[in-house]
Amino acid sequence: MSTASIQFAQFAPALPEIFVLVMVSLILVIDAAVDDSKRYLAYVLSLVTLAGAAYLTAHNLSTMPVLALGGLFIDDPLSDVLKLFLYLTVAVVLVYSRDYLTERGLYKGEFFVLALFALLGMMVMVSASHFLTLYLGLELLSLSLYAMVALQRDSSVATEAAMKYFVLGALASGMLLYGMSMVYGVTGSLALGDMAIALQDGTDLRIPLVFGVVFIVAGLAFKLGAVPFHMWVPDVYHGAPTAMTLFIGSAPKIAAFAFVVRILGQGLESQVTEWRDMLVILAVLSMAVGNIAAIAQTNLKRMLAYSTISHMGFMLLGILAGSQNGYGSAMFYVLVYALMSLGSFGMILLLSRGGFESDRLEDFKGLNRRSPWLAFLMLLLMFSMAGVPPTVGFYAKLAVLQSVVEIGYVWLAVAAVLFSLVGAFYYLRIVKLMYFDTPHDTTPITISPDIRVIMSANGLAVLAVGILPQPLMAVCMHAIGASF
Amino acid sequence: MFGQSILSLVIWVPILAGVAVLATGSDRNAALARWVALAGALLGLIVALPLVSDFNTATSSMQFVEKAAWIPAFNVHYHLGVDGISMPLILLNSFITVLVVIAGWQVIQDKVAQYMAAFLIMSGLINGVFAALDGILFYVFFEGMLIPLYLIVGVWGGPNRVYAAFKFFLYTLLGSLLMLVSMIYLYFQSGGSFDIQTWHATALGMTAQTLMFFAFLLAFGVKVPMWPVHTWLPDAHVEAPTGGSVVLAAITLKVGAYGFLRFILPILPDASHEFAWFVIMLSLIAVAYIGLVALVQADMKKLIAYSSIAHMGFVTLGFFMFNPMGVEGGLVQMISHGFVSAALFLCIGVMYDRLHSRQIKDYGGLVNRMPVFAAFFMLFAMANAGLPATSGFVGEFMVIMAAVKVNFWFAFVAATTLIFGAAYTLWMYKRVVFGSVTNPHVEDMHDVNAREILLLGVLAVCVLAMGLYPRPFTDVMHVSVVDLLAHVAQSKLP
Repeated sequence: MSTASIQFAQFAPALPEIFVLVMVSLILVIDAAVDDSKRYLAYVLSLVTLAGAAYLTAHNLSTMPVLALGGLFIDDPLSDVLKLFLYLTVAVVLVYSRDYLTERGLYKGEFFVLALFALLGMMVMVSASHFLTLYLGLELLSLSLYAMVALQRDSSVATEAAMKYFVLGALASGMLLYGMSMVYGVTGSLALGDMAIALQDGTDLRIPLVFGVVFIVAGLAFKLGAVPFHMWVPDVYHGAPTAMTLFIGSAPKIAAFAFVVRILGQGLESQVTEWRDMLVILAVLSMAVGNIAAIAQTNLKRMLAYSTISHMGFMLLGILAGSQNGYGSAMFYVLVYALMSLGSFGMILLLSRGGFESDRLEDFKGLNRRSPWLAFLMLLLMFSMAGVPPTVGFYAKLAVLQSVVEIGYVWLAVAAVLFSLVGAFYYLRIVKLMYFDTPHDTTPITISPDIRVIMSANGLAVLAVGILPQPLMAVCMHAIGASF
Repeated sequence: MFGQSILSLVIWVPILAGVAVLATGSDRNAALARWVALAGALLGLIVALPLVSDFNTATSSMQFVEKAAWIPAFNVHYHLGVDGISMPLILLNSFITVLVVIAGWQVIQDKVAQYMAAFLIMSGLINGVFAALDGILFYVFFEGMLIPLYLIVGVWGGPNRVYAAFKFFLYTLLGSLLMLVSMIYLYFQSGGSFDIQTWHATALGMTAQTLMFFAFLLAFGVKVPMWPVHTWLPDAHVEAPTGGSVVLAAITLKVGAYGFLRFILPILPDASHEFAWFVIMLSLIAVAYIGLVALVQADMKKLIAYSSIAHMGFVTLGFFMFNPMGVEGGLVQMISHGFVSAALFLCIGVMYDRLHSRQIKDYGGLVNRMPVFAAFFMLFAMANAGLPATSGFVGEFMVIMAAVKVNFWFAFVAATTLIFGAAYTLWMYKRVVFGSVTNPHVEDMHDVNAREILLLGVLAVCVLAMGLYPRPFTDVMHVSVVDLLAHVAQSKLP
């Protein structure tokens, strides 16, 4: 066997990432060369990239963890499953955003290139097994997102949001790096696997270790948008163009889940007693602040931003259980959340036309009279967000609740359901606006047929997976079980 | 052909019929929507009939059982089955659904398809509640039925419908979420099972039983509703359209009472005995105090709503007497109340459609204009007051008899309902129907039409039949009730 083929084998697990990188570069060049009438090329090529990456990932599904690139990179069932969902989510985002971006003159190569770079960052995060790759992926994602938020140059709100996002994001990255360096000092390794082995039998350097864990958890909480590190979330969600909000609110959550589980669940697994208490506080505060603050919002994007905060709190419930059952539940939760988030931000996109946003609550008034079908889909999404069966949101809540009851934290489950009761109020309010009120705007809603089909599939999936949750649940449990 | 899946049909036929009704689309096809809905409701009733004809009254074990893996990850099964307690309730629900569809025939002119579909889907979900033998399956149906009911109250309700819909939804959600946590706790205590019958056999310590008792009590007490968590009911009743009020009173309240027999008593027998005094006290307050509250209502729907709370107080009182007479009396009272309250709300609907008022003071002298209606209304008012030979008498009498055996004073307070019930019902009847016509609009009111006669007539037959010969009902329940009580008598403390 020649040296070249050995090195190629080393790169094989990262084939999807390499493919995406090559394609992004191609799109960047092609888009620079064509004139405005051929902008759709970038759109089509982006979708082709996603399909190709999905093919490469699905074709090489791993049954057990494989380390590659000298321990920097891992290919395991968890990363395969999450990547497939990432492609799907990003593809749906691109389709939903098409008309919205065209109307605002943002339908350009930059958007697609940034989206794909963000995707590449997320893929690296999902497959990282080393602090360096984790950080690399995170920064690639974050920098792409900052730029995406600022893409609408003449909007002062968007620019302000981007600035805020950037400054706070940089601060969080700094904290994360600082925490990582402390842990490195204690364990002498940046690779998650070696770290776990080094910490297995305890360490004499407890104080620096706990210190590092605190900073890491704070940094993670920043990225997740968990209270008290949530300040940027409402402003960024509100200020960014809705297509960007849709992007930020969906796929990166999946990557963030992987990020947290890799660091806490794989690297710092033995320190579960240390980080569990921190996550309990973060989770309770997130559910409380997210749900209560959402009630006061009149802007739907802002409301959904607070709702995101509370959902991240719920997801943390699964992670803090520190068991395979808990990680599997959290994974189920985050995938379901991405699905619901796509649908509800997508709906805001669809209803905004002619350059006007439709992100105020009043814009949803009487939707049932204007378009019963869209109203019905939004109804399903809202009840799912509220966790009312038979929609899938219920099973997501059930899964994380049972994982906290399993570790004996019944009080935490009680607190969680009480906050979700508060949350039900504002989701119900959307349903009320759509069904009980009369519209003040009766212009018919026009949507491209392909977007309509995908939106319908998105809304109905919430119901269908709710009636038959087993397949998705089994995928999550299997992915976690085979990767840990 | 479908011999093995009767319960599935009973659940899914109405739901699929509801989807079919939705598919008829906008109000241009309203007539089609109505006929499809009626066909669906009738089909739903027909597929439920084998439950009666093939029912074995000699056994207390579950019948028509269906079991299939649903979510193996959590050991959740699609597990259905009925016994003598749940079977009559499924039948009652399927029957009332037909009436509700007919009752909304002309009254509802706006978004007909959505209205009919909401009722059919809810009917299927409620059947699911009564048939489910798996905790999560039960919870899915139990919560799922809130969605159509929320829409029914909010879209087709009265002026204050939004407030009522929110109050109703959040109130019931509060109770059920705590129940969900209890169920998850039971899942781990029973070694990883959501099967209700497994839970019946799971040993539990007193602290756990006590906490879960109050969680379940809140969940089902809100639904029943018991004093003091009853305040959503008058609001929801008043604001709901006629069909919504009928379903609320006749069916959804029974879901709460059913929960007592399926969950609280058999799963938490020690806590049930320990805190029986608490439930009895709340029930007696409901019977006596709410009876007085009903007396001063100016709105007919509100009056009947309060009367429902008082009557449901009898049901919970009967359950916590822990003797067959009391439990069966409570069950009979549930069915009877299903007929009587449905009939009374339909009567109010008949008047409301003509005068667009529910205020007692706007009426008077109705008998001059609507003699046939007055006769029907009389029968149902008497049944509500518990007159012998009507169904209302049987249940109340049985519960009072059971209470006498336990404690004379329980029976004494409970029996005041015979006075208060007669007072508020008959006083309302007198003010609405008798006397001379004072409101000129009453002069223009025409008597009931054939559709309304059909509705009220069918219910009148039910009320009288059950009052004269309640035996078939008690026969169906008896074995299941005796077995349940034998189970409840055994301590589950480890």
